[in-house]
Amino acid sequence: MKVGIIQFPGTNCEYDTQHAFAVLGCETQILWHKEESIPSDMDLVVAAGGFSYGDYLRSGAIAKMSPIMKALKIYADNGGKVLGICNGFQVLTETGLLPGALKRNEGLHFISRHHHLKVISNDNDFLRHCRVDEIVNIPIAHHDGNFYIDASGLSELYANNQVLLKYTDGSGNIDNPNGSVDSIAGICNKSKNVFGLMPHPERAMEALLGSKDGKQMLEGFINA
Amino acid sequence: MKAIVNVFLKNGVLDSQGKAVQHALSGHGFDSVKDVRVGKQIIIEMNESDATLAKEKVAHMCEELLANTVIEDYEIEIQA
Repeated sequence: MKVGIIQFPGTNCEYDTQHAFAVLGCETQILWHKEESIPSDMDLVVAAGGFSYGDYLRSGAIAKMSPIMKALKIYADNGGKVLGICNGFQVLTETGLLPGALKRNEGLHFISRHHHLKVISNDNDFLRHCRVDEIVNIPIAHHDGNFYIDASGLSELYANNQVLLKYTDGSGNIDNPNGSVDSIAGICNKSKNVFGLMPHPERAMEALLGSKDGKQMLEGFINA
Repeated sequence: MKAIVNVFLKNGVLDSQGKAVQHALSGHGFDSVKDVRVGKQIIIEMNESDATLAKEKVAHMCEELLANTVIEDYEIEIQA
């Protein structure tokens, strides 16, 4: 299993992501954003977290103009698996690989803390090792995590089981940290090969560091 | 030729920054404030002498990059 991790200027979670997948036994490769193609042996491409281009203009907006994004679109259109974490999620919505947009957090603060999430759908490669309604504990760290989608887009997400994760408290009650529509923390595209979430599963790989709940999430991609 | 582009959140998309500024103004006794919206202005100097063509090009820039039309609207003003 080989995982490519995209690096833009300002990406800062690429090595954490690399470590997380290495722990899961994957071969990894950092893909510089100037690359014009995705190596053909990649089983998964991750757009990692950070602040690509300093979040100038809008989070993820300038990154979408990078050469690798054209290649990523072709890769995804051909069924290749893509995961966007945090800034990577913002880049994927800006590119149109995922629906909706990420706005400034409703309370205007940058939020960096552990948060509980409820698994809404596991009918996909990413969360297939999680149970529906399972509560996981995953760190969030973002300023622009307020997921927005219009009403028709939202009903389409539900109709196709594209809503993957919601922000809750430890008992599974909705606890919305950033104003996201329906407290949504993660989604996938209609064909379920492109995934995006604001929380950082790659930062939840060791119980010693607060949680290892990210492990079973990322493990979903292994041998999927 | 110069293009002035104003980008704002669409009506119906909550503008948290606008609300915060509105709150601050009201709190400072500016009673006449009814609503505040915060947006951004992008000023583009262009090598273009045809205003219609300039506007078309800037509209294309807005669709491609300057605005996220899922949540934002834009207005373009061309100055000679």
